[in-house]
Amino acid sequence: MSDPARALSAVLGRGSAHEGAHHWRVQRLTALALLLLGPWFIVSLALLPDFSYVSVRGLLSGACNSTLLSLLIACLCWHSQLGVQVVVEDYVRGAARMATLIVSAFLHVLLAALGVLAVLRVAFAH
Amino acid sequence: MAHRPLSPHVFIYRFAYTMALSILHRATGVVLSLGIVLLVAFLMAVAAGSESYERFVHFAGSVPGRIVIAACIMVFCYHLANGVRHLFWDLSWGMERAQARRSGVIVVVVTLLASALLLWVFLARGAMP
Repeated sequence: MSDPARALSAVLGRGSAHEGAHHWRVQRLTALALLLLGPWFIVSLALLPDFSYVSVRGLLSGACNSTLLSLLIACLCWHSQLGVQVVVEDYVRGAARMATLIVSAFLHVLLAALGVLAVLRVAFAH
Repeated sequence: MAHRPLSPHVFIYRFAYTMALSILHRATGVVLSLGIVLLVAFLMAVAAGSESYERFVHFAGSVPGRIVIAACIMVFCYHLANGVRHLFWDLSWGMERAQARRSGVIVVVVTLLASALLLWVFLARGAMP
């Protein structure tokens, strides 16, 4: 994909962008990761004695939990980005499509950054 | 936009509940994308200290908050259960019509059971500290 004209016609919907297999694979890979990380987080929350600030902060502050939680956020945002991309490509037409895809990508990266930063703030708080 | 032949439109097919399950996977996926905002807000509230966390808990305990949380729980359970179904399909397992219908029923049952359990844990048991 070195020829810009070819790349442009590919993204304009005039042929394969040759990224389908990679998109598909990462979507499944993140799904598999979320299958482990999602239930882990839900069960961890559910097993808390209560949802007080101290309990919740305690859950989020361990090194192991912060690591897993950061991975959860990263996988969630990645998986979500791939899914939303497919939905947009299927239903949004014309110039709005590219604009929506760009906004979606930016928002997903923003969410991932905010989420991981929040986890790190809790992890590194004294 | 390129002009290509269009495959037969979906509405010419006789309705089967597996179709509804299929589009529901997309719909729940999009809702969960919005749910990430809620998760990140929750984490940011915890990170910002007890006062902001109390504000989050106050919202979560309100009627709109409870509705949002309940919706997120059910949608999460469905997308997860049906996602497993999709992963099995990717291994080309359970692709026959009868199997797909049966696994669809299993997904709905699992979703209802898991949702009921989580709704009880997170709402009925009391989200308020």
